[in-house]
Amino acid sequence: MLNKIEDNIYEVPIDYRPGMRVPGRVFVSEALLGMVEPGTVDQVANVASLPGIVKYSMAMPDAHLGYGFPIGGVAAFREDGGIISPGGVGFDINCGVRLLRSNLEAKAVQPLISTLVDALFEAVPSGVGATSRLHVSDKELTDAFIDGAKWAVGQGYGVEADLAHCEEDGSMKGADPSQVSIKARKRGRPQLGTLGSGNHFLEIQRVDEIYDEAVAKKFGLFKGQITVMIHCGSRGAGHQICTDHLEVLTRAVHKYNIDIPDKQLACAPLGTPEAENYFGGMVCAANYAWANRHIIAHWTREVFEKYFPDGKLDLVYDVAHNVASQDRGARCRWSPQTPVRPQKRCNKSLWTLTK
Amino acid sequence: MVKMKPYEYLEHTADVKFIAHGKSPDEMLSNAALALFNSMIDTATVQAKETWKVELFGPDLETLAYNWLSELVFLFETEFAVFSTFDVNLHQTNDSDWSLQASIGGERIDHSRHAFDNEVKAVTLHEFEVKKNEFWCIQVVLDV
Repeated sequence: MLNKIEDNIYEVPIDYRPGMRVPGRVFVSEALLGMVEPGTVDQVANVASLPGIVKYSMAMPDAHLGYGFPIGGVAAFREDGGIISPGGVGFDINCGVRLLRSNLEAKAVQPLISTLVDALFEAVPSGVGATSRLHVSDKELTDAFIDGAKWAVGQGYGVEADLAHCEEDGSMKGADPSQVSIKARKRGRPQLGTLGSGNHFLEIQRVDEIYDEAVAKKFGLFKGQITVMIHCGSRGAGHQICTDHLEVLTRAVHKYNIDIPDKQLACAPLGTPEAENYFGGMVCAANYAWANRHIIAHWTREVFEKYFPDGKLDLVYDVAHNVASQDRGARCRWSPQTPVRPQKRCNKSLWTLTK
Repeated sequence: MVKMKPYEYLEHTADVKFIAHGKSPDEMLSNAALALFNSMIDTATVQAKETWKVELFGPDLETLAYNWLSELVFLFETEFAVFSTFDVNLHQTNDSDWSLQASIGGERIDHSRHAFDNEVKAVTLHEFEVKKNEFWCIQVVLDV
């Protein structure tokens, strides 16, 4: 089924399924290969059949069965002749993770760990039906859609220096709040500043092992150090924005006569109103998610400061794994503060490229 | 005669997949709604204390079915409520237009009685399908 190209790289041949425009590439070790389900390979092949795909339909080492794209799926599409699809982004737009490093050692934190966890649980609303401690107005919600983490910093959540440590500086350009429905606002408004449920988490972690001293040093990481990881996304706002546009893009598939192997891969050619509108709405959700993670990180810092007055929590990096971005040459802008490119663990992401 | 199961869950690695059945499209959509909420919570613990009314339109049964389940996710999240009874009435006004009126019974979330296994984020279109074999059936993958 998969041809080995070299260690850790396997190919889904172009004749695996009729309609594939490019081959697939699955980046997994031999040990992980056995865990890749046939359905996941089918999803890699489905993505390979989308118009304008560049070179390969890819799947990262976390490849497993998703909807539309597989989880771990990555693809690039030409601006001329390519498409954009919510199937490559998912419902939880800009679901992502951020890592905060403390200046504290695990042994100093350990005696207070239960107290700290209880205080975090109190400070950061989580779980089904949880509402935020914030009560944002409609105008503030719109500003969060447009400016993301920058808006949050302006409101006193997080500091300016954090922004350089976020992908897209925590604020993607191209937001179009007119593409956010009243329903999406209604879902998103009480949830700005909530963690959510399911696989989303806020964890106090400990650096257990250093694999590369030089890289660790540049990131300010050391063995035995306490870190905090936050994993969450755009909450109901993003879910509803995706649902709303999926319906429009389903019609666009017929309008533009695109052959898709899975309804979740509903899409529109780049440059069409349907594609632009989806992208404008998607950016709003992406920015909402960055604001959300910024707010949660701020509350986390407040809790740490209460128990460890000399403690600090600096942002190492915040990376989105459910997003589409427009790319003209360089994939990412890395600031001087992040001299080493962090590992990007994509769940679902889709890049659009120019010719 | 084959006994009809209201719904059954199928294996899926990361999300929730189910097939719901019905002797009519109305019953199929009612069972699909129950499958959706049972994937999150034991609906036996949900009392129909309040009633919500829903009216939807669609160009075909499949689109309407998708809108119905998406509307339930929206109501769940914005009303802070869970539902356990679904009285669905479908009408086909002509060859291509469908309408749905539903009366939904449920109650506001009470964490002392309602334990959630999952939270449905959205209804996906992945392998989404409505068809009629011996019974009407709908296949759905939920993003959780």
